Amino acid sequence: MLKTQELTLNLGPHHPSTHGVFRCVLNLEGEYITKAVNHLGYLHRGIEKLAESRTYTQFIPYNGRLDYVAGMLNEWAYVMAVEKLMGITEEIPERAEYIRVIVGELQRIASHGIYFASMALDVAGASAWFYGFRDRDEVLDLLEMVSGQRLMHNYMRFGGVAADLPDGFMNKLDKLLNKLPAAIEEYEGILLGNEIFRARTVGVAPVSREMALDYGFTGPNLRASGVDTDLRRDEPYSVYDRFKFNVPVRQNGDTFDRVIVRIEEMKESIKIIRQAMEGIPEGPVMAKVPKVIKPPVGEVYSRLENAKGHLGFHIVSDGSTKPYRLRIYSPCFVNIGIFPEMAKGLHLMDAVVALASLDIVLGEIDR
Amino acid sequence: MDKIVDREALVGELNQKFGNCAEVFEDNTNQSIKVKPEKLVEVMQELRDNPKYDFKVLMNLNSVDYPENFTVVYHLNSLTHLHKLTVKVELDKVNPQVPSITSVWNAANVQEREAYDLMGILFTGHPNLKRILLVDDFVGHPLRKDWKMQA
Amino acid sequence: MQISNTIATGLKDWLMGMGFSATTTEMIATAVWTLAVILFILLNLIVLVWLERKFSAFFQQRRGPNRLGPAGFLQFPVDIVKVLGKEDIIPAAADKPVFRIASITLFITAILAWAVIPLGEGMILEDLNIGIFYFIAIGSTATISLLMGGFASNNKYSLLGGMRTVAQMISYEIPMVFSLLGVIMMVGSLRLSDIVKAQEHMWFIIPQGIAFIIYFIATVAETNRGPFDLAEGEQELVAGYFTEYSGIRYAIWMIAEYGNLVAVSTIASIMFLGGWNAPFGLTFIPPFLWLLIKIYFMIFLFMWVKWTYPRIRIDHLMHFGWKFLIPVSLANILVTGVGIYIYRMITG
Repeated sequence: MLKTQELTLNLGPHHPSTHGVFRCVLNLEGEYITKAVNHLGYLHRGIEKLAESRTYTQFIPYNGRLDYVAGMLNEWAYVMAVEKLMGITEEIPERAEYIRVIVGELQRIASHGIYFASMALDVAGASAWFYGFRDRDEVLDLLEMVSGQRLMHNYMRFGGVAADLPDGFMNKLDKLLNKLPAAIEEYEGILLGNEIFRARTVGVAPVSREMALDYGFTGPNLRASGVDTDLRRDEPYSVYDRFKFNVPVRQNGDTFDRVIVRIEEMKESIKIIRQAMEGIPEGPVMAKVPKVIKPPVGEVYSRLENAKGHLGFHIVSDGSTKPYRLRIYSPCFVNIGIFPEMAKGLHLMDAVVALASLDIVLGEIDR
Repeated sequence: MDKIVDREALVGELNQKFGNCAEVFEDNTNQSIKVKPEKLVEVMQELRDNPKYDFKVLMNLNSVDYPENFTVVYHLNSLTHLHKLTVKVELDKVNPQVPSITSVWNAANVQEREAYDLMGILFTGHPNLKRILLVDDFVGHPLRKDWKMQA
Repeated sequence: MQISNTIATGLKDWLMGMGFSATTTEMIATAVWTLAVILFILLNLIVLVWLERKFSAFFQQRRGPNRLGPAGFLQFPVDIVKVLGKEDIIPAAADKPVFRIASITLFITAILAWAVIPLGEGMILEDLNIGIFYFIAIGSTATISLLMGGFASNNKYSLLGGMRTVAQMISYEIPMVFSLLGVIMMVGSLRLSDIVKAQEHMWFIIPQGIAFIIYFIATVAETNRGPFDLAEGEQELVAGYFTEYSGIRYAIWMIAEYGNLVAVSTIASIMFLGGWNAPFGLTFIPPFLWLLIKIYFMIFLFMWVKWTYPRIRIDHLMHFGWKFLIPVSLANILVTGVGIYIYRMITG
């Protein structure tokens, strides 16, 4: 009997396609994976512990360091949780809520743009990578106008946002929104419609509906597996109940569907921003909130539809100026838990693509 | 706001089925129940599979170091009824042990490992209870309140 | 061509006049020609790397190198200087002798192939009567160099890359050779200058279009360029067989690969695109330049494909090679044979 020896391959922590410092130990039979073990924590900074020694306001900038490609949404999730804890959700000015929706959806487009780009790179379509980054960069220009920063925005505040939209923002936004649909069409031309790309993704690493729920998938990954759920529609927070948009759902749950769901979501985000641009009222952008944030004793668990999934904050307050316990439910951290199961039996080349399709950001996984 | 389950009825039914294991837990969210650790797995199984509750999603698994006890908090969500429930388990301060619910939701796997890693709560029956974020030879559990910052 | 012939003859005459024997003269002339080929490859390399960077930038909506020299043309020479200054790292666990010679053997095969490639009429080192056969034979040995590099590095990524290379290159050699067979059957000679002469009135791309496409696909795989760059497979194998190489050894890999690229493009131009024959009677451009234009057109095609397509999976690659390309190339030979037979029957 001929026997082959299993090869143990250390994928990461510094490897071109682990999207950060993620390490996965693979057992290979030929080039097919028989076992995969995740090793996390290379970027662990103890943000949850840090939160306990920072005041509520001081903790806002840390959120940009979680999911560093979607910082605005992270800040929003945290700010929303604290607002719920303080009971000032009703007092936030409408204009602030609209601004939050606009920047939040812009950030979602940016995050999905980077997703498309890294996906393209992981199937070695280096040209498509630049297309994704081109559009993301223009979105970041707008976010820079608003907050003065491209990645770590520190723009959200309890009760509103730090500053009103600058002059000329709406014009630029309008121009960008006119350009984006055509740009997204280009994605289909350069990558999504490509025969090789389809061969690499369709039917690869499928996640069934049951498996997705069992492993705690949220957001686009869950929708790709055929579960029709979106917090923005089902439990509308902020002013999302005023906008009309579709929730793209795909049925197969394979790598291709996970990509397509996100591309469709970019189109929906454009629709939402358009509606928000039309409906945005004049007025203040900050509610009257006390200088010292001191939420009452109690706890809150609040979620937000992040670009990666549901980003949850569980905050326990003891009535002081600092959180007693702050837990960040990271969608990437839970999503990556399925990878060992998913990688079994996959070809090494497909495993890399499947990992990319989960849309992981190590800053959020390791916290 | 969030839809809330009728907790009295839920607790009554659970107690009837599994024998005095749950009670309503009063806090500011008005959606918490407290469950005894021994019956946790059965209760979770029931909450997930009973179509009346249909808590298919484990939203969050957290552990809190209160002065009097360790509390493991499970946030559950239903996609069909869109209601939520918080299940709390209070644990002994000296030897915090709770059965693992990995058999109910695989999503709990990594989160329980994280809670073990950072808070030092032992999840009995977990298939692979090892440190996940910190290095394997790390001493102590940093999210505990008695852990000294060493900067 | 005439000029080079004159130069060569002049050189030989001059050496003879200096009092060297005929053998020595021949040796010196050969050495000069070899040097010229190496220089040609290296000069090409500068242009090619610059072109590759500019083309990829063009496909990717960016500018590419634009700081050093006109349009960033001097970027690559400076890069070479940088690479020369790098530390030459050999992993402790590597098989050192094999590791050292692996990149050099690939370079040698890249140079050896040029022995029979004419750059114009008479501009050839040795017009072998089995020229194309020699080229194919030399080309096959490149596989061993890549395997040596992958195996000697003692790195798992390198090993996987080396294994992939062997599987891929051996599989794609078959359709490549078969695609060339059609042309050879039509000419009836393996000598490259004969093949070019046969194309004075019609390029072989017209009767042998399918063969040309097969040859193109197979050589993309042979030269390990995208979308068939599985051996390097950056996304999963870091850099494949040359993961552990650094400094000048890495540079030699790159030079050899570009040398192979130019060689297969030249063969494509000679076999299918009429060699140095001028199309449409545009004879005012010298034949040597015509060949160069055709070579660069082929190289442009290679780059276009590389920067457009994502990478194919290895099992798809194998299926495509064995189940599609080989049957089609065999059918092409059959059709060509029948066509030649009928042609001979008609013309008597």
